[in-house]
Amino acid sequence: MATREFAAHDAHVHAAPTSWIRKYVFSLDHKVIGIQYFFLALTAVFVGMFLSLLMRIHLIWPAAALPLLGEIKPETYLTLLTMHGTIMVFFVLTTAPQGGFGNYFLPIQIGAPDMAFPVLNMLSFWVTALAFVVMLSAFFVVGGAPLHGWTGYPPLSALPAAGPGEALGADLWVISIALFCLGALMSALNFITTTLDMRAKGMTLMRMPLTCWAWFITAILGLLAFGVLLSAGILLLLDRNAGTSFFVPLVTINGQLTGHRGGSPLLWQHLFWFFGHPEVYIAILPAMGLCSQLLSVFSRKPIFGYKAMVYAMLSIGFLGFMVWGHHMFMSGMSPYTAFAFSVMTMAIGVPSAIKTFNWLGTIWKGRIRFTSPMLFALGFVSLFISGGISGPFLAQPVLDIQLHDTYFVVGHFHLIMGVASIFGIFAATYYWFPKMFGRMMNEGMARWHFFITLIGTYAIFMPMHYLGMAAHLRRYSQLTELKYLHGLVPLQEFMTYAAFVTIAGQFLFLFNLFWSMKFGEKATDNPWEATTLEWTTATPPPHDNFGGHIPVVYNGPYEYSVPGAPRDFIMQTDPAILKAH
Amino acid sequence: MSEATLPHEMPSVYEPSLFGTYSKKIGMWLFLMSDSLTFGALLYAYSYGRISTPNWPTPFHSESIVNATIMTAFLLTSSLTMVLAVRASTEGNAKAQRLWLLATMACGMGFVLLHGREWSKLIAEGLTLPVFPKPPGGETASEFVNVSKTVPQFAATFFGLTGMHMLHVTLGVVYLGIVALRRYFIPILLVFWLAAWLGTPAYSPFHYGAHVLLLAAIVCSIILWLKPKVYDSSDVEVAGLYWHFVDLVWMFIFPLVYLMSAKIL
Ligand code: HEM
Ligand SMILES: [Cu+2]
Repeated sequence: MATREFAAHDAHVHAAPTSWIRKYVFSLDHKVIGIQYFFLALTAVFVGMFLSLLMRIHLIWPAAALPLLGEIKPETYLTLLTMHGTIMVFFVLTTAPQGGFGNYFLPIQIGAPDMAFPVLNMLSFWVTALAFVVMLSAFFVVGGAPLHGWTGYPPLSALPAAGPGEALGADLWVISIALFCLGALMSALNFITTTLDMRAKGMTLMRMPLTCWAWFITAILGLLAFGVLLSAGILLLLDRNAGTSFFVPLVTINGQLTGHRGGSPLLWQHLFWFFGHPEVYIAILPAMGLCSQLLSVFSRKPIFGYKAMVYAMLSIGFLGFMVWGHHMFMSGMSPYTAFAFSVMTMAIGVPSAIKTFNWLGTIWKGRIRFTSPMLFALGFVSLFISGGISGPFLAQPVLDIQLHDTYFVVGHFHLIMGVASIFGIFAATYYWFPKMFGRMMNEGMARWHFFITLIGTYAIFMPMHYLGMAAHLRRYSQLTELKYLHGLVPLQEFMTYAAFVTIAGQFLFLFNLFWSMKFGEKATDNPWEATTLEWTTATPPPHDNFGGHIPVVYNGPYEYSVPGAPRDFIMQTDPAILKAH
Repeated sequence: MSEATLPHEMPSVYEPSLFGTYSKKIGMWLFLMSDSLTFGALLYAYSYGRISTPNWPTPFHSESIVNATIMTAFLLTSSLTMVLAVRASTEGNAKAQRLWLLATMACGMGFVLLHGREWSKLIAEGLTLPVFPKPPGGETASEFVNVSKTVPQFAATFFGLTGMHMLHVTLGVVYLGIVALRRYFIPILLVFWLAAWLGTPAYSPFHYGAHVLLLAAIVCSIILWLKPKVYDSSDVEVAGLYWHFVDLVWMFIFPLVYLMSAKIL
């Protein structure tokens, strides 16, 4: 090795900006960037929710003429579900937990003044924001937004002539995804380096809060998965615009040869799901970490099996890269391959179950405080179980032949990926809002919001499993015209009404958020009596997080109800730990 | 904007880094990990196409192979000069460091020039993608015309893979240029852009490829504006990591794309 010596760490600190634009717009401060990501996701989630409402309306009243929008045509329905899925998966579930809360709290929880690469951090936000603008612009171009689903399967996605919205709209979709990949890669790299390099003295890896572990592992998944999606996106763009045929075999549209030949749609499926499966864990891992944190804080008990939690997350991340084939059982893969993917997939159930039992073990005999973040954390566990239990069914190739491409899958992933990680986001908002904005959120509204959302989402997504078993196909708009599904129309109507109520409940959240920013009760520095570092600093934290020094850490993150201690929690920075052995 | 830098004794406020090195280097390693998956996916697409296509053509003449061998030599040399640049930087020899960096860039540019010329030649002979503008003079009745017609995957994977690699080399040259000359490199970059754009006919790959340089100039200006810093030996080392990686990728592409499709096979 070279003989020169490096200071083990670069200078990560930057001076507080003075101009308005550098402070709030092009800020290098991870806290501002975190809030920017949060509001990006908040915008996105309301756009995505609006699209889903239109879908639900169309499903039960296909001929209804809506104000301004008119009648929703079948192809418009496909557009709606494509944009709904894409916006929700990328710009909400990937953006809010990691980019938003991860950005804000990872550095603080490990005791760092900022991310390892503040400039990169800012760029990753703005690239993501640009990606969102490009995605939305697809609605406004000739032909409208694409209709190939969030999974973008070719040949549909690769042929501009394949349908309305597949021309310029689909190009914008691919470009937006590629930009999103770049942003996600930059951010992943930053998260990993920060976790490796910028932990305060005493913050060993095994003293990190599980939230930090979750963000760290999520970042590793992102680093490895988004690079592959980027490649797939580039190839798709080439197919669409350069006349290549990576994904397109010899196909005709309306009897006309397309000029493509020799490609394979399966290649896209492999590349996409190699990204896609890790992506579902990118969406859920931060929520898992947060939930572990909250269950411990609000049960006033140490987390049950800290190490098991860490290893479970690591093995989920590792196995997550080996199961992508379970999305392709119907693609004609060899039964032996399907068997291998099936076994691997069910193996993921093991660490998932370990986590679930540890959560239950954590609240077992705890002195539970039913605050709003805790309610959402408990809701998360419930949804994770209900949504996860259908996974092992889908993982059977034989069953999947019936269930693939039906509402059963839609029910599965909405409960577990959609709603469970949204519950994680809500829990995080209620939990950290006091630290971020200096005031408490209104608890009464939060409770209403919780019960409406929990009951509402179950009412929407549970029936989907029955629809799926009755062979109701997903991504199909004219269900009222299918004889064999007539008996299920009342159920569909029920789901739509439930959607109305649930969506109305979300405006309560929105109102609470902005109302509490102005009128909420002033928050103390540690309103939840939690132990981690963000609660040791001022509210909201100063520019360098700890006001000119880097904290020193003495304890693990879950020292609750330690016998003999003066209070029922011991801060991580508390030097005098009194542990009765 | 001024940077408040921590004095070098300060690092003791943190836990020791897991890999005992500085953040930028870890960041670069992580980037290379994800980039190798990006290239891995492209190579996977290539092998997928190649295996699933009966009678994959092997049309490269010795001329192409010789050309690619010279390109390889350029890259290998550039790795050597890069090592020398890193050594000069650790010895604090700023002049030698700059010279070796410029030498590395020269090798990289030599690679890109030879490669672009090869592209033009292949396109003129008929190995082409529908999107490329037709060179004047019509197609010769070469084997390549036939290949493009019957196995479109051949041209697609060839241009896709080598194009992505060429992009990496070009951006690598820009990167080294910024490390060596900082903002003074931006005008040079713009001159290169204009020269390549205006100095070549519309059907040349350099003509439309040149805009990468413009884009790079814009991005670099933004980054330099955000972070106007003096680059030190650690930046040279990190840039070296990137450069060696791009060389390494070529060591996969050369045999897989060229040698395995040579005429003799
Ligand atoms: C042990 C746990 C799990 C198992 C065994 C499992 C299994 C499966 C299988 C086999 C499919 C493919 C169904 C088909 O398309 O026919 C599937 C789809 C899906 N799963 Fe899971 N899953 C599990 C957990 C999760 C988690 C934790 C998430 C997200 C956080 C998730 C999100 C999804 C999504 C988004 C899809 C559908 C993608 C699409 O086709 O649009 N799953 N799951
Ligand atoms: Cu999956």
